[in-house]
Amino acid sequence: MLLIRHFEEALVALHEQGHFSGHYHVYIGQEATGVPALADLAPDDALFATHRNHGHLLARGADPGRLFAEILGRRDGYNKGKGGTFHIAAAGLGFYHTTGIVGGNIPLATGAAYAAKTRGTGALSVCLFGDGAMEEGAAPEAFNIASLWKLPVLFLCENNGKYGANKAVGAAQSSTMAAYPLTELPGLYKIPAVQIDGTDVGAVFNAVSEATGRIRRGEGPQFIEAQSVRWPGSEGNWPVLPVATNVNLAWDASPVPESKRDWYRSSDPVLIFIRELVAAGVATREQIAEVEKSVKAEISQAVQFALASPFPEPAEALRDVFA
Amino acid sequence: MRQMAYFEAKLEALREIISADESVHFISDIGTGFLGLSEHRVRFGEIARDFPDRVIAPPISELAFCGLAIGAAMSGLRPVVDLITASFAFEAWPQIINEAANARYMSGGQTQAPVVFHLLHGLRGAGAAQHSQSPQAMLWNCPGLEIVLPASPRDVKGLLKTAVASNNPTVFIDHVLLFECMGDVSENDAAIPFGQAEIKRKGADVTVVATSYMVQRSLAVAEQLAKEGIDVEVVDPRTIVPLDFATIMASVEKTGRVVVVDECHMSCGVAAEIVARIAESGFDKLKAPMRRVATLDVPVPYSPPLEDFISPTEARIAQAIRATMN
Ligand SMILES: Cc1ncc(C[n+]2csc(CCOP(=O)(O)OP(=O)(O)O)c2C)c(N)n1
Ligand SMILES: [Mg+2]
Repeated sequence: MLLIRHFEEALVALHEQGHFSGHYHVYIGQEATGVPALADLAPDDALFATHRNHGHLLARGADPGRLFAEILGRRDGYNKGKGGTFHIAAAGLGFYHTTGIVGGNIPLATGAAYAAKTRGTGALSVCLFGDGAMEEGAAPEAFNIASLWKLPVLFLCENNGKYGANKAVGAAQSSTMAAYPLTELPGLYKIPAVQIDGTDVGAVFNAVSEATGRIRRGEGPQFIEAQSVRWPGSEGNWPVLPVATNVNLAWDASPVPESKRDWYRSSDPVLIFIRELVAAGVATREQIAEVEKSVKAEISQAVQFALASPFPEPAEALRDVFA
Repeated sequence: MRQMAYFEAKLEALREIISADESVHFISDIGTGFLGLSEHRVRFGEIARDFPDRVIAPPISELAFCGLAIGAAMSGLRPVVDLITASFAFEAWPQIINEAANARYMSGGQTQAPVVFHLLHGLRGAGAAQHSQSPQAMLWNCPGLEIVLPASPRDVKGLLKTAVASNNPTVFIDHVLLFECMGDVSENDAAIPFGQAEIKRKGADVTVVATSYMVQRSLAVAEQLAKEGIDVEVVDPRTIVPLDFATIMASVEKTGRVVVVDECHMSCGVAAEIVARIAESGFDKLKAPMRRVATLDVPVPYSPPLEDFISPTEARIAQAIRATMN
């Protein structure tokens, strides 16, 4: 989780320094969903992520240097610089295709589940998408098919707009659904659906384990809505850091500008987990600070790796169109 | 004449259009309306505030809200729909292509659907394969849709007015890289009729037919080549459906040399169609083979040098023009 946080914060800095220019999204605030959710999967499970994919790839063990390189458009990036931030694919990790089209991955994940089932591989398929994707027709169409054909797919909806289903009412909210909670819609298609706190590592781990257990036992698709509170740095269209995270914020949030402090105090999943670990006696503050130090060193090495990676040869643009 | 930025002219047109006609509704995100990710996007909020009953923000449901707009248009409204990035229009293809484009013809002329779909197309810089598409050629292959490609402040204003007044479904295809460009826009500027090309630069040696942002790029190239003694005429069709082929042919007859510049992919693109028509009607007027400058036939790559390599750059346009002179 700390690795994701520091990766994304370093990325915001790289953007501000002009190392890449396009539109991008970070996973800050959702770390406690992606990390435990992907912790217990099998190596041959398939994953389909979205425009907000960096955290998912890191949670699955992707190399941060190659991720930075991809986002910087460099030759050593996972997609040789062809995909960029929205489309990071790492087939070796089960990320075959990452779409920037909201809802676009829901049918695809359902298809991977169909293949797994018919080929009898025992693998499952995980579809990671935001609350906004529930608004696309692709979602209910795929739910229906997945349910009818009892396909081994986990629909993991990350609702990063907790507090109300209507963006006209609340703060930054990425969806406006008449059917709320979001579990209603899959429920209509007879897909077991639960709503959980996506900032609670234990709750996510347990819910995902239970769901994947059912899927592997042949019970068909499962749906989880993991709620988190939108990180105040993604209120606008471009990420802006209210503060550089360090683990001490878990006990003293005063370095955060007042208008954004609430989130760091009560909704930041990384800081929540740190407090939990210390309270449970699993780790001391000093040990966590040590972990953060080594994570930061790893991130700065990864940034150096990416910056040292050359841009692809222009003619590379003509390769990879066909098999 | 007033000098005005392109985005200002566009906002002015939107305000005048919604003020003038009660049947106009904007179906659009409020925070970005019609200006995509440009820094000026929040300005649309001023219009939304003044017309709260006729500016409505839809969920991320392109298929449904485009279809809704078409149905509303059949029933007396004039909806203007912002699809933001042109690539998102593919989510609404069934409604735009199957329903809107066919409605009038299929009903034997009984039903009209005066809807406008607004799209931002093209290479915007690091948009990669799913945020850089130029669907105008695909749309041109669907009879029944008018297709507008503005390229100057005056044109965006005048053509937007005509698009909303038109009784046909119209796809208004804009480009974010045009937003900062400056130009003359007279107050109370009249609407610009569809099917009237404009000579954006007069010249004697080579006809460059260019659309959308490629008009501005071709004008810049024309200035460079003037120093080499090549006198380029830049013809901007402004709408490809309907297409003012007469103005294009008049220019071709004068110069005998043709380069067509467009951001669609090369194969079956807008440039391909224009070149084909010139070949059919004016082959005997040509002094040299025609050239197309378009996006190379690969999905759009993310990395800047790769994107540059496949795009219709100034260098590629200049090279094509020089080639027609030899
Ligand atoms: C089909 C389509 N329509 C619109 C967009 C533009 N868009 C990108 S992200 C986004 C919001 C998505 O919200 P959500 O799925 O909740 O994801 P979040 O960004 O909140 O993680 C939108 C509308 C898109 N990428 N694809
Ligand atoms: Mg969301």
